[in-house]
Amino acid sequence: MNVNWFKFASPPAFYSLAGRLIPIFWGLTLTLLVIGLYWGFFQTTDQLGGSNPQKEYYRIIFIHVSSAWMSMWLYFVMVVWAAIGLVFNTRLSFMMAKAIAPTGAVFTFLALWTGAFWGRPSWGTYWDWDPRLTSELVLFFMYIGYIALHSAIDDIRRADRASALLAIVGLVMVPVIFWSINCPDPNQCAALHQRSNLTKIDGNILFAMLTMSLAFWMYSFAATFMRLRSLILTREAESIWVRELLTQRGEQ
Amino acid sequence: MLRSFWCILTRDLTLALRRRTDVLTTLFFFVIVVSLFPLGVSTEQQILRILGPGVVWVAALLASMLALERLFAADYDDGTLEQLLLTGQPLALLVLGKITAHWLLTGLPLVLIAPLVGMQYHLTDTAIGVMMIALLIGTPILSLIGAIGAALTLGLRGGGILLSLLILPLYIPVLIYGAGAIEVSVIDLSNTQPYLTLLGAFLLVALIFAPVAAAAALRISIE
Repeated sequence: MNVNWFKFASPPAFYSLAGRLIPIFWGLTLTLLVIGLYWGFFQTTDQLGGSNPQKEYYRIIFIHVSSAWMSMWLYFVMVVWAAIGLVFNTRLSFMMAKAIAPTGAVFTFLALWTGAFWGRPSWGTYWDWDPRLTSELVLFFMYIGYIALHSAIDDIRRADRASALLAIVGLVMVPVIFWSINCPDPNQCAALHQRSNLTKIDGNILFAMLTMSLAFWMYSFAATFMRLRSLILTREAESIWVRELLTQRGEQ
Repeated sequence: MLRSFWCILTRDLTLALRRRTDVLTTLFFFVIVVSLFPLGVSTEQQILRILGPGVVWVAALLASMLALERLFAADYDDGTLEQLLLTGQPLALLVLGKITAHWLLTGLPLVLIAPLVGMQYHLTDTAIGVMMIALLIGTPILSLIGAIGAALTLGLRGGGILLSLLILPLYIPVLIYGAGAIEVSVIDLSNTQPYLTLLGAFLLVALIFAPVAAAAALRISIE
């Protein structure tokens, strides 16, 4: 089979492809959200744990863990697109990276926010300098830095490449930051989070959590593609195909 | 190759020593920030001893970051930077020369003034010694990582604030281990070794990768 891998690397081709994909991803998002939330609320136990039970409020896990996973995954995806852009010099990859960043920042914020509200009833505090809290906060700063650098540079080509380099440097730093926060001193390593252990989680909870993660993932696709389409239109505003598109729309 | 490194280094040092106030401002910024904390928080000895290591490191972070703006700015304004890019020499090496000069002018003075600051915070002699060693290993890392940010924000409006947004999160490991070494030395001196070795490891990694990344960033900013 002879596939032209670079067909959709051209903005006009991808513009129409994204337009067709967006409704599909929205549909998937809503379906998975409904299933995940229904399962999370009605098919799971009301309490967790033995001697010190987590009551109804543990259900925040379906939003919290899913958005935390998504926040890290999206940063990685963003860096991959940024690196592809730097290596192959493709315009669309940079636009992709830029389009992902706000969604990633939103999920990071959501993870921190829901975490605070989960922490209050279960740990008795909104915030603690626990390793995972701190590294998630740093991740949030890095998304903000990426967005800020991109919007500070007027020249689009330079903005794309400079923020791509920043994202890559950030990815190299992530493990270093994570481990430095995690264990500078074993005595100080009072982590409030328990170790993640997916195999021990009750099947129903795991199902709801994974469904929610998938829903968030599909949402990321939908939101990114929508942002990407408007980015393509703004950047290619001078090109012929965009003008033709606009006149077509005008006639309808 | 080594000669081009030396050439850049001596050139930057000579230029800076002709305008000494720039060097002194960084130094006094450091001293002033450190002196503000006791006035704002508490002048009690016990509290100051706990506060000291962290405050010194945060002040060092801020001081080295403020000085970063000038790392490439002057050369960028008068066109020297473009000439550097055009020379046949490896750009990363030239950048390393500039970073070294920058550290000698802004990092090393902080290390040397540290004992004075330590006394303000009633730190013990051993703690002050460890602080000096930690700063000696740590401040070059700050200059190295900061150079990437300085190259990326070259010639932008509001570059200084943007720079802090980009670079300060990346400084976190240095802050944690640098301040950690001093804190631990108060309890048991032999415990400081892992902190200092890790700082040294960061320094080596930064020494290898940061000049290359900064050189790439310069090429992006100038083209």
